[in-house]
Formats: sequence, C-alpha cells, structure tokens
Amino acid sequence: MSSDTQATGVKAWITRLFVKVGVLPFFLLGALVIFTLLSSKFLTGQNLINVARQSVYLVLVSMGQMLALVTGGFDLSVGTAIALTSVVSAMGMVWLAGIFPDVIWLAILLGAFLGFGAALMVGLVNGIGVAYFEVSPFIMTLGVSSVGAGFALFLTGGVPVSGLPFQFADTFGFGRLWSIPVPVIIAVICIVIMWVLMARTRLGTQIYAVGGNIKAAHLSAINTRRTLLLAYMICALIASLTGLLLTARVESGEANLGGSIALESIAACVIAGVSLRGGIGRVENVVLGAFFIVLVQNGMNLAQVSSYMQMVLLGALLILAVIFDQIRYRIIMQGR
Amino acid sequence: MPSQPLIRTTGLSKQYPGVLALDSVDFELMPGEVHVLFGENGAGKSTLISMLAGANSPSGGTIELNGEKMRFGSVADAQAKGIYTVFQEFSLIPTLSVAENIFLGWEPMKGPFVDHREMRRRAREMFQELDFEIDPTEVTGRLSRAQQQMVEITKAFHGDLSVLILDEPTASLTDREVDHLFDFIETLKARGVGIIYISHRMQEFARIADRVTVLRDGAKIGTVAMDETDDDALVEMMTGRAISEIYPQIAHNPGEVLLRAEGVRTNGVQAADVDIRAGEVLGVAGLVGCGKSRLFRAMMGVAPRLAGRVTLKGQDITHAPTRQIIHHGMYYLSPDRKGEGLDLAKTANDNLAVNLVMGGRGGTGLINWSAVREASVQIADYVELHEGYRSRLVSQLSGGNQQKVLFGKCFGQDADVYILDEPTVGVDMGTRAALYLLIKELAEAGKAVVVISSDLPEVMHLAHRMLVMAHGRLSAELSGDEMTEDTILKHFFDESGATQ
Repeated sequence: MSSDTQATGVKAWITRLFVKVGVLPFFLLGALVIFTLLSSKFLTGQNLINVARQSVYLVLVSMGQMLALVTGGFDLSVGTAIALTSVVSAMGMVWLAGIFPDVIWLAILLGAFLGFGAALMVGLVNGIGVAYFEVSPFIMTLGVSSVGAGFALFLTGGVPVSGLPFQFADTFGFGRLWSIPVPVIIAVICIVIMWVLMARTRLGTQIYAVGGNIKAAHLSAINTRRTLLLAYMICALIASLTGLLLTARVESGEANLGGSIALESIAACVIAGVSLRGGIGRVENVVLGAFFIVLVQNGMNLAQVSSYMQMVLLGALLILAVIFDQIRYRIIMQGR
Repeated sequence: MPSQPLIRTTGLSKQYPGVLALDSVDFELMPGEVHVLFGENGAGKSTLISMLAGANSPSGGTIELNGEKMRFGSVADAQAKGIYTVFQEFSLIPTLSVAENIFLGWEPMKGPFVDHREMRRRAREMFQELDFEIDPTEVTGRLSRAQQQMVEITKAFHGDLSVLILDEPTASLTDREVDHLFDFIETLKARGVGIIYISHRMQEFARIADRVTVLRDGAKIGTVAMDETDDDALVEMMTGRAISEIYPQIAHNPGEVLLRAEGVRTNGVQAADVDIRAGEVLGVAGLVGCGKSRLFRAMMGVAPRLAGRVTLKGQDITHAPTRQIIHHGMYYLSPDRKGEGLDLAKTANDNLAVNLVMGGRGGTGLINWSAVREASVQIADYVELHEGYRSRLVSQLSGGNQQKVLFGKCFGQDADVYILDEPTVGVDMGTRAALYLLIKELAEAGKAVVVISSDLPEVMHLAHRMLVMAHGRLSAELSGDEMTEDTILKHFFDESGATQ
C-alpha cells in the first residue's frame, strides 16, 4: 500500500497529480524531453503546427471512443466506421456528381450523408447488441468491425474509389479558412460540442452515471439502454466525420482507412485518464492524449524510428498506460 | 479461565496519513472466550482485526500470541499460526464447487492427483458436524449469500484453529442459520478456541458473548463482562447517548392511499395485496429469503412482474419501466449500496448530482451546475454528511456515511412513496439514529414510507403498521399493540397455505 510509505512533499504532490489527471502529464513531459534531445527539428513552431494538423483525425475518433469507454465498454469498430464512410460517401459522391454535374455541392452533401448513414448503422448495431442483448462490447464491436470491413471491401472490390469531386478534397482535405486548415476548425467545433455534451447536458451526466454503476443509474431513473445506444451511435458518428475528412485528404474512397485507429484511440483515452472500468474521463484530457500519441509518432519519424518499431512502441505505450490506470484505480479505491 | 491469554495486544496503534485509525489499544482474548468488538463504523474494529488477521501491519504496539511476540507477514502467515478470519468480503471462488473452495490449497491427494471423492466426503462430514445443509458438489456462485458465509466459516477448519475472527457474520443470515452458527460457536468454545466477534446486533451479545470491548474513534472505551452490563450501557459507551434517543416517535396521520398493489406475483412471491397511505410508515418484516424485498422490487420494475396490478396515486404503473415509476413519485432505496446504490469511484457530491440532474434540479436545457451544487449542499446538510466527506470518493467513506449519501439520493428526485429496503444495513447506531430521524421527517411531511428490514427492533419501533411475510406470502398484517415480538415471530414461521 503506497500510502503506508512516508511521502515527502514532492512525492505527495506527484501522487495527487497522478490520481487527479492520470499518467498524461508525465508521459507528455517525457516525450518532449526525449524527442527534443533526439532531433533538433522536433521542438519548432512549424513542427508543432504540423502535429496539430495531423492529430485532428485521432482527436476526433478518441473523443468518440471516450464515450464508449466512459459507459464501461469500448468500440473496436471505429476503424470500420471510417472505412465504410469513406467507401460509401466516395461512391455516392461519384455517382451523384454524374447525375447532377451542375450542383456539385449537392452531390458532396448527399454523398456525405450516405457516409454518415452507413456509419450510424454500425453504431446502431453496436448499441443494440450491447444495450439490449447485453453482448460484451468486446465481442460486439469486434464482430461488427469484421462485418463492416467486409462490406467496405465487397462494395469496392478492394479497389480505391477515385474521381471524387475536386471541390470536396480541395475544401475538406487541404482547404484553409482564415489561414487555418479546415479540418482543424471542424475538430475545434467538435471539441466544443463534445465538451458541452459531457459537462453540461443530461445525456453527459447519464453516460457518466451508467459507466460508474449501471444498476445505480437504473434506480436513478436513467434509461440505461438508450444511454448506451446513444453513446455507441455518437461514437460512430464522430468516426464517420473523421472518415469523411480522411477521404478528402487522400482524395479517394479507401476500404483500408483507419486500420490502426481503434488501438490508437483507446491508447489516447487511457493515457488521458479515461478509466477502462467506465464512469471516468474528460474531453479536454482526451484531446491532449490524442495529441500526445501523434506527437510521439511525429517524434519517432523525426528520430527515424522505423514504422515497424513504431507499432511495437505504441502497443507497449498502451499497456504501460493501462498498468498506470490500474495503479491509479487502486490508489483511488483505497483512499485515505 | 486459564491465566494465559491467546492473544494480547499492548498499545496497538495504526497511523494512516492524516488519520490515527487505532490509538494504542490493549486487548486480550482468552481461550474458550467469545469476545465481542463493539463500536460504530470507523471506530477501529476493522483496523484492529485486520492487524490480528495479518492483513495489515501495526505502526505501533505489540501483538502476543500465547505469550510470544508476533509479527504476521500476511493473512496466510496468521492462518498458519491458527488465526483464521472470516471477513465480510468473501474469499470464495464462485466458479468452483463448494468442496473445491473449502480445500483450496489443502486438496487431499491421491498420488499426483487431487482426490475429489475424498474431498467431497470430508466436506460433507464437516457440514454434518456443523449442521449446515449445503451440497459440496454445488457451484459456489449459485449459493445464497448466507450459504456462502457458511462455506467461508467451514474453510476455517483446517489445521489447528486457535483463534476465529468473525466480522459481522450474521449480517446476511436467517434466524435459523444464526442459531446454527451460535451452536457451532459453543462447540468451538468448548474446544478452547478463542473467538473475536464483530457485530452491531446487540440482541446477539447476550446469547454468546463473554466479554465486550467497546471502541470509539480508534480508542478503547472499556472492556466489560457481558453478565455485568446491559444493552443500554453498551450503547451509551459506544455513542455517548442513551438508547431512547435512537428510535424517534413518529406521528401517525394516515391520509389517502398512495400505492396500491393487487395480486402482485413474482418469482417466489405469491399474489400479494398491499396498500400504503400518505403519512404512514409501513414496516415489512420477515426472514431473509421470504420475498419481502422481491415483492417491492417487482413493483419497482427491478424484478420481473408475473401478475397483478400496481397503481401509484391512481395511475396504473404495472408495466411501466423503473424510470417512469420514479418520475411518477416512487423511489426505491437499494439494500446493496455498493452493488446498485452508489458509484464508488465518484465523490459524494457527484453521486447526489446524478439524481438532482435527473430530477430536473439542474434546469431543463444545459445543466446549471451551480444550482445542482447548491441543492446538493442542502441535501448533504440535511442528511448530516460531514463537510469534509462531501468531496471525497464514496469508496473511502465508512458504511454509515455511504448510507447517508444513499439516503441523500432519495431527496434528489421528488417522490411521494419511499421504499426503503434494509435502510440501515451495516450501519452503526449513531448513524442509525440520524437516518431514523430522516424517516420520521418524511412520514410526518405526508410521504408514504415503506421500511423493509430484517432487523426486527427497527421495524417494530418505526412502523405504524406492519406486514409480515413468510415463504413468499403475506402471513399477517399487524398494527398498534399487535406488533409485539412474539406475535411477529410467530408469523415469521407461518406455514399455513405455504407451498414449499
């Protein structure tokens, strides 16, 4: 029991910080020191802006992932939602642009909605399975992830969907508004919406309550099934939005987008102090957690770590974060 | 009594950062003695036994076993020296059979293999000796809590047991099971085993205790021989107040019928009719497993409803989901505060906030957290939750304080009917008095209050009217002078018409 040891002032302060926000500040500090030492290009304004732009996609998905984690589950199918959105929206846009060549924005809009619809189906199936049939989130989202990936590959025959409207990629992939990249603006808007959702709405409170103790939530007049369903649907919707932005970035509909994002988003959340047991997690920390993962990837690129080795390190980082989460939980539950 | 104590502690202390949980306590246990530890939650009882059991190491003082100074490295270490503790949290593995659990780590062997037949035979023998009715081949997780407790106690009988520590062993037992346990304690006493017994149930002390040591705020108040003291004196030692201050007089002004159940049937409960009036406390008594909790859980929609009709303020809620029943004004306080009452990893304030938000106290649009916080301060004041505890995690609070938070949740949503299921389970006398006052205020404010309790004195003192259940049936409805202990107990065992 760690509270048995005579804690000095500094140690007590560090413990308190650790219990309050988790392992993230320590990881962030460590990453900054290590990569600054490894590469002189790392700690430059240009590089950090670059990291901010690259991190948009993971930040978005991680916020969705957080919802699933806070309810006490997780969503392994976020990558599939991305791939499905990419393929369906790209096919829709190409097809609709052929029908209405004059109103290209209508084609883009309708195509996007087709993509959202496909991802919402993923969220709906996840949510129904977890909430109404009480399938474990692990099995449910793993199964759905295979089903969705299969559909995406089936629809495209494994070939990327090309010939997207030029305006789509130009605006959502590379566009700038007031010299800020459009994806960054979209991410910021989403962050604000998610923060309001979790901190200021009844649904947010219900999601925390369901993850904290689902039976107690039930006896507090909370519709626990609806809450779980909505959490998985919102998660899929945000993943879908990410899929759309990624599609614009790569200028084609790809069934292999988002391959490693489930792992990365769970790592981002856990590092940011979202409890795997549910009930605990904050939007602002998750944003930082996702930023941290991308920062590490960027640092490893600059330090010329091979991409295979990067996979090793990312997995190790996730496990390490979970170990710290476990320690933190133990300290919390022991108290005193 | 032999002069050499089995266990003697001198100046035993436990210092946690910021809290002195045990303040130089001298304690001794003689062979063949039942020594009760008595005190409110947080008084230091658990800390004391955790050190005797080897689960915790003292920060000051000494422990002597048979006159020899001891330091226990672990629970297994203490067990090897003959000290066995049955904690409230069981150490059973739910997926193993009963026999496998009992012999876990002590499996009888036949060559290199576990001898399952011998294991079952010996388990059956032990159960016979203890007069417990349990099938050793049953999967442990399917047993009732009471039966699991018996298995846990049975596990103590390996090697030479010299000290048995029982932490609230009767909390989940039926009266008949308690009788068995006490018979068995007598057997142990005759063998010279020393027993440390923690309980809040004072009616048990007279039956089994030789001496009682009272603790308060980590310090020993005194040790008294049971035949030289009485309940009132013990309560006074424990709380510093008299017993007449514990149960309040609740004014009885019955109004209209708020909740009416007709022919409600669920698994193990047969067609029950219940009427509950405003301004009245209805007690529901019966043995553990008689269906008293299940009947009301069925009305709340938490347990399956098989038949019958339930109306709340004239509105049919028979098939309504739990959340709608709560919105219509019926609130259920769960007996299991850890399992389905509270979110342990959140603060007391956060736990209160959930119900306040759901009850609409945070406004209808975006949540107005300052209004919620204000309301939660009011509630915490009302249930007398000390200010220092409000922003602490619930997991770190004592059982009594957790129960105050659970009661506080009741007031987050406006209700007219309160179903309080075992409202003081595992709660000390001081906190009980405070909770009883809350019940009094609810009833006198015109609410209908149902108190479901296995604690007979509690129901008797609080209720204006009482339902007694036996074998899943209402066996009696009593009021006023009819509510005597003898009458109630007689109906506990009412077999008339029961289909067992």
